[in-house]
Amino acid sequence: MPSPLSPPLPAGGISQVPDAHGRFGRFGGRYVPETLSAALDQLQAAYDESRADPSFQAELDQLLVAFVGRPLPLLFAKRLTEYAGGAQIWFKREDLSHTGAHKINNTLGQGLLAMRMGKKRIIAETGAGQHGVATATACARFGLDCVVYMGAEDVRRQEPNVRSMRMMGAEVRPVESGSRTLRDAINEAMRDWMGSVETTHYIIGSVVGPHPFPRITRDFQSVIGQETLRFCQQELGRDPDCVVACVGGGSNAAGMFYPLVEHKGIRLVGVEAGGRSPKPGDHAASLSYGNAGILHGSLSYVLQDPDGQTADVHSVSAGLDYPGVGPEHAWWHDTKRVEYTSVTDAEALDAFDLVARREGILPALETSHALAWAVKEAARRPKEEVIVVCLSGRGDKDSAEIARLRSIENGGAHA
Amino acid sequence: MTSHHAPKSQVSKPLSETFAALAKDGRKALAPFVTAGDPDLDTTLAVLEALDRAGAAICELGVPYSDPIADGPVIQASYTRALAAGFTLEKFFAMVRKATGRVKMPILAMVSYSIIYRRGIDRFVDDAAAAGLVGLVVPDLPLEESDVLDATCKGANLALVRLVTPTTPPERAAEIARRSTGFLYCVSVAGVTGARTDLPAGLVERVTWLRTKTDVPVLVGFGVSTPEQVKLLSSVADGTIVGSALVRRVGELAAEGPEGVAKGVERYIADLVNAAR
Repeated sequence: MPSPLSPPLPAGGISQVPDAHGRFGRFGGRYVPETLSAALDQLQAAYDESRADPSFQAELDQLLVAFVGRPLPLLFAKRLTEYAGGAQIWFKREDLSHTGAHKINNTLGQGLLAMRMGKKRIIAETGAGQHGVATATACARFGLDCVVYMGAEDVRRQEPNVRSMRMMGAEVRPVESGSRTLRDAINEAMRDWMGSVETTHYIIGSVVGPHPFPRITRDFQSVIGQETLRFCQQELGRDPDCVVACVGGGSNAAGMFYPLVEHKGIRLVGVEAGGRSPKPGDHAASLSYGNAGILHGSLSYVLQDPDGQTADVHSVSAGLDYPGVGPEHAWWHDTKRVEYTSVTDAEALDAFDLVARREGILPALETSHALAWAVKEAARRPKEEVIVVCLSGRGDKDSAEIARLRSIENGGAHA
Repeated sequence: MTSHHAPKSQVSKPLSETFAALAKDGRKALAPFVTAGDPDLDTTLAVLEALDRAGAAICELGVPYSDPIADGPVIQASYTRALAAGFTLEKFFAMVRKATGRVKMPILAMVSYSIIYRRGIDRFVDDAAAAGLVGLVVPDLPLEESDVLDATCKGANLALVRLVTPTTPPERAAEIARRSTGFLYCVSVAGVTGARTDLPAGLVERVTWLRTKTDVPVLVGFGVSTPEQVKLLSSVADGTIVGSALVRRVGELAAEGPEGVAKGVERYIADLVNAAR
């Protein structure tokens, strides 16, 4: 299989980012307290070394095969395609990854980096819990101490993942400050890191944060897009017409899109969380409704008030419930290489039901946003066209929360 | 001093005058940090006047931010309270304008770059200068990202105070020290803000070394709360910054209203000022 660390890309153009300062056009950079500067330099150096070291790539490749289960197939969604009545819908089955989502690609890579730097303690933040589980998993596999920060609201919404993390020996610390969701979990993880940076590596879970995190996470996730290209060639004999992924911080989308951005014929679409409405506070669609601003160490699109205070956001899915987005997405947005749109909570829930019943797959609520858009779009496109949806994660974690929401909708008591 | 820098005496005149006056009296600077708008801006105004009466040399006024990753639980909670009470930048600058008309100690803003960037760098710096602030401390803006703000501050005669921490490698620390204007902020411990009981090992040596790398005064902060600590630090540094310990007191006294808070703060800071020599 192709290594995720050496993406076979044509030279020049939109993929030649970030620069040495972590800039994706005007976005990205490193806006952190001085205490973290040395650790980020160390991480950058360790990462550059590892890219040049065939033994690092070999170890990661082996883990991706035997531990994660890669490569992961493309599946033709036959009954969903019939339902939509237009273009063919294919699923890139990241939900078949060990731990049930793409997050594990990044945590294994960064776990190996941590060991290379001699760091024995790992911290992470998590929203939906998928990154927390993937981090706990990598730490158990590598024998590293693991602390996961998780918003108290998300601890409630994603209880099965909390249990899994604890079973694998991770300490889950609920975060009670602020909105008690992903953004607050990142704040707490950063604060922990401020005091522990000499012995601890922070495995950030998305393509967000200060340089070099957005690049490292994107590179470790690029295996998604590489496999997609390869399988499309093998099974269809051509590139897909359109590839769609959900975007919160944007790691599954970045991993899917990055190997494709130089393939100009492929339409790329990122789907954000439209929440209840386009009103401020009702959604988490930073690219659709936000402004350029700084959050969690990088310049990107953020949802802020005019004073620069981070806005409250909402999404039915904990993993998309975030007021920022990775700086490379901001770059792709401004260069118009990727289209960004949003779907509502209700549309995502309907897509969840539809895919459960017509395909026998429970998709994650995050992924359900991409699915909702794909079904709408397929109906408008001819049968010859191929839409690939990044099925970024499985929805077992969401079943209790969905049952609770449906019960409220139907006038029942809270589950 | 290098040619691309404006003369430091111009950039930070009120600060250099303050340090010169202290030196004449054989005293060191006591520089309190207080959160603007906690519990409300009327109280902050009263606190600033109390700090001035107590003999504080300089004040750092914290601008509340929703996601302060450099701050520990005490200052974070004060930011949350201030924002919940309706803090805005318009009200902040209006209060600062009043304060700078009433007190003699120079006031700097401690502010996240997220807030500066969103308002627009030129506009924020203009507003700060117009309100009478003498400088900015931007804890989440490292050297590499600071050229634009640096130049804008110099154009407005505002100091841009930079921070060095225990994790900063020596060469980088020397560069930060060289480029800091007004004074240099030496962070005593790696970690978030918060009062601590002991001073870390190696701090005395580090401060002594830093003083050889810059022609601006070196102040030490993070974890300072008692007169004993202030006394010890004053023997090696040009001054001491007291943050979380003061913010906690303001929070505890809040129920007593602006006058009650001001009285308690004045007594606490006067004791620390006495130790700063």
